[in-house]
Amino acid sequence: MSNLDPVTGTFSGNRGLQIEEPLIFEQGQEGRTGVDLPAPPKGADRLGGMARKGAVGLPGLSEPQVVRHYTRLSQKNYAIDSGLYPLGSCTMKHNPRLNEKMVRLPGLADLHPLQPLSTVQGALALIDQVAHWLKTLTGMPAVAMSPGAGAHGELCGIMAIRAALEHRGETRKRILVPESAHGTNPATAAACGYEVDAIPANAKGRVDLEAFRAKLGPDVAGIMITNPNTCGLFEPDIVEIAEAIHGVGGYFYCDGANFNAIVGRVRPGDLGIDCMHINLHKTFSTPHGGGGPGAGPVVLSEALAPFAPLPYVVHGKDGFDLVEHDEKGRAFGRLKGFHGQMGMFVRALAYMMSHGSDGLRQVAEDAVLNANYILASLKDVMSPAFDGTCMHEALFDDAFLKDTDVTTLDFAKALIDEGYHPMTMYFPLVVHGALLVEPTETESKDSLDLFVTVMRGLAARAKAGEAQHFHDAPKLTPRRRLDETAAARSPVLRWKPTVETKQAAE
Amino acid sequence: MSNVRYTEDHEWIRLEGDTAVVGISQYAQEQLGDVVYVELPEVGRKVEKGKEMAVVESVKAASEVYAPISGEVVAANAALTAEPAKVNADPMGDGWFVKLKIANKAELDKLMDEGAYKKFVEGLH
Amino acid sequence: MRYLPLTPEDRRSMLAKIGVASIDDLYEDVPARARRTGTVDLPPHQGELEVERAISALARQNLGTGSAPSFLGAGAYRHHVPASVDHLIQRGEFLTSYTPYQPEVTQGTLQYLFEFQTQVALLTGMDVANASMYDGATSVAEAVMMANRVTRRDRAVLSGGLHPHYAEITATHARFLGFDLARQAPDPTGTEDLIATIDADTSCVVVQYPSFFGHIRDLRPLAEACRKAGALLIVAIGEIVAMGALEPPGAMGADIVTAEGQSLGNSLGFGGPYVGLFTTRDKYVRQMPGRLVGETRDADGRRGWVLTLSTREQHIRREKATSNICTNSGLCALAFTIHLTLLGEAGFARLAALNHAAAGKLADRLAGIGGLEILNKSFFNEFTVRLKTPAAPVVEALAKRGILGGVPVSRFFPKEKSLESLLLLCATETNTDEDMAALAGALKELLK
Repeated sequence: MSNLDPVTGTFSGNRGLQIEEPLIFEQGQEGRTGVDLPAPPKGADRLGGMARKGAVGLPGLSEPQVVRHYTRLSQKNYAIDSGLYPLGSCTMKHNPRLNEKMVRLPGLADLHPLQPLSTVQGALALIDQVAHWLKTLTGMPAVAMSPGAGAHGELCGIMAIRAALEHRGETRKRILVPESAHGTNPATAAACGYEVDAIPANAKGRVDLEAFRAKLGPDVAGIMITNPNTCGLFEPDIVEIAEAIHGVGGYFYCDGANFNAIVGRVRPGDLGIDCMHINLHKTFSTPHGGGGPGAGPVVLSEALAPFAPLPYVVHGKDGFDLVEHDEKGRAFGRLKGFHGQMGMFVRALAYMMSHGSDGLRQVAEDAVLNANYILASLKDVMSPAFDGTCMHEALFDDAFLKDTDVTTLDFAKALIDEGYHPMTMYFPLVVHGALLVEPTETESKDSLDLFVTVMRGLAARAKAGEAQHFHDAPKLTPRRRLDETAAARSPVLRWKPTVETKQAAE
Repeated sequence: MSNVRYTEDHEWIRLEGDTAVVGISQYAQEQLGDVVYVELPEVGRKVEKGKEMAVVESVKAASEVYAPISGEVVAANAALTAEPAKVNADPMGDGWFVKLKIANKAELDKLMDEGAYKKFVEGLH
Repeated sequence: MRYLPLTPEDRRSMLAKIGVASIDDLYEDVPARARRTGTVDLPPHQGELEVERAISALARQNLGTGSAPSFLGAGAYRHHVPASVDHLIQRGEFLTSYTPYQPEVTQGTLQYLFEFQTQVALLTGMDVANASMYDGATSVAEAVMMANRVTRRDRAVLSGGLHPHYAEITATHARFLGFDLARQAPDPTGTEDLIATIDADTSCVVVQYPSFFGHIRDLRPLAEACRKAGALLIVAIGEIVAMGALEPPGAMGADIVTAEGQSLGNSLGFGGPYVGLFTTRDKYVRQMPGRLVGETRDADGRRGWVLTLSTREQHIRREKATSNICTNSGLCALAFTIHLTLLGEAGFARLAALNHAAAGKLADRLAGIGGLEILNKSFFNEFTVRLKTPAAPVVEALAKRGILGGVPVSRFFPKEKSLESLLLLCATETNTDEDMAALAGALKELLK
């Protein structure tokens, strides 16, 4: 039995439903294709002498091979469709399929972005409707629709702030960012030419108000605060913070990554903010798609609205108009090709209309309820990072793992063998060995109860001295722990033909 | 090893005639974990005491390496590009980062000696 | 509500477990003035049927390219996407998964991204590609900022043949980050001299290939001039299908190649989401923005994939990151890679040839029409014509006849009188002889 795979004990290297799948480049045959196209007519080309000389090097596969390849790959992924995905700060909630159906409608999917406006009035009306929902839900007077993702929305907001300051004839240097902030906040401020000045968190996981006040000055352009924050807590001093930043002539950027905890219940506009991006892929459940695409519209206050980027939809005399140029106005410029992530607007509108004002409020309440239920059910065996209740996500530190020789990472990997995607780990940075659990509102109580049972079991197992179990985990996955050090030391970022296959091809 | 000095940012510097060899300490490499990449300054670059001189990276972290003293880079350890693991294996020897032509020897006196650095590291726990 | 599993009884028992009397107690940190008791002023929840009815009504107000002869390009292209593409990307394990931070349970996403990176590098003739950017337009701005980092210079030259959106976005970043842009005047004839614009401060020259106006140029002399001056050559591709027919920029000395990848696998969708392709040389990989997938081994020694070189990125480097980008265009990249895998070498070359032939046929059809002059000597699937009258009203008149007859250049340059009669026309494998006859016939009448 020398040809048995030493890892799986099977001849194929497969393990039941887990089927090994080579790269497409290892399956190609010359002359094979998965698309039938007519032969192009013969004749001289008009390529200016730049016709391709060599082959691209793409493999040839037939349609059944292609379908099988991607089906097998999909089976190596965990997804919301498969189970609870408690990845804190990422909001992995159910993705309704109605949204997918809507985005594929003829008249939406097949619209070219540069058609005459008379032929796309329905599309402009749709963007206007999404804008109306977002403005109403946030209590803000304006929204920039074009940013391509949350981080892109941050860029939009900080650029609007900078444009507003420049319009006042001011150049300010610093942006204040809490230490607990997502990495995109400081990266965004830097990408707009600002210095980042970090504000510490207090013992309750909130912005340290005194430290914040001490940093205020005439060179502060603004503050970026996530609310609810990355510890899953609402910032109770947010109104005072808004007043203080306005008091020194700065602006308040609210990172809306966690808007899902308050949607329909709290309008950020009532808190004194100047701008906030909304991750449509989080709060409004356009799918995460393996890491994108997202969409990050930014709501703006009266003070910032004139500086919103191009393009934007307005009500014109003959229906909707799309403003793509603004020589006289104060728009800060263009941030994205065409008009933004239309496909995400359609999905988000379907989601918002399905829930309605009552359902969206229930979304926030159930998300908060589910997170607090997890917190309450685990607080005796794990170590909550802060006292009290939480918003939409429950944050633990690694104190409960002290002296077990099990790290946060080990604990998360053991969770994988139990059939769960791990929670967010080691973020936010202000908590040691953080475990951030966000169940979302689309989990049933039964689902939460089973998760709690598993988490309690793992905590007990760690404390019982079974560290080895955790160090070895995961054992039941298509691949076990991967060597990230080797990957980074000598990066292999693409397939290349081996010497033998190259020679065979020649 | 009396001619080795340390900074509070965990760089070491060793005098060799008019030049000095610089690297990161044993403690620093332990804190970083497996080093996967080292970005070194080009030869001829003037560095300023306390300013960024190189970057050392593990999988999950990137740390700036600051110049312990001012001077001009006269050599960079090209071997680290191919084998960054040398920083972990021999931080004080084969894992050196750069050689500097010293601008002002007096700057060295302000740095910690072996004993003082040892105490400093103990104080971090 | 069909998406919410908790029952009223569940909620009661969960509140009891938490030890609070009502859900309001969990919102006690919210300042009193911002607590809302009722619902906001928006309609209540609706069933699938009602939502579908409402959105379909909006869709019906539009004239889709699927229901009219369409000759629109200018950075977004209509192609036939095989049925299996859209089926496969809707598998829940792809659609509803997240960034592959936990590689043991996301090998599927990681492997397709590794294959995607390889395909993109092959198409452009470059060493290495990332796992994608927001779109082709934003990729150009990221490329310029990368060139500034690599060269430690701060003056970028933008060709007058660069898509105006790509240039405008770069200008926005330049304004806020404070670097110089030498944006050349629009170049509808493809005759600008870029080499003369390079100086000792120039970090990069950005040129589109084929240009926004459709011209195809040998980039080797420009690459050589950039190399001599210590500047990088950035090549932007608006129509990636062209790489099936043209010499790749990598073979001509490009340092960074960006592209819009919408043409493969992705619908027009009124402009987004699309997928930005981003490639460079090995030596610059650590200055690249965006995610990268790399090969490695697992604890059992089996081949697998992980996200790698993450220290460039915002979640580790924070304000020193190479970009603030935090997503890629995963699902669009998946559609791209599946479509290209289906095509393969033979299919991709054939698709490109069909596009070029369609545009050639269209050019021949229009050549005899009075009041219309074709400006291009070379083109791939798109070219520029000069009409005897302003182009926008002609396009409007064509739309009234149910023909989507190209993109007037004035849409991008409303103030440039010299460009107002220019029209961009594109033909792809989707355009039939009947489409072309309809356009030619209508133009003949309108230009009488």
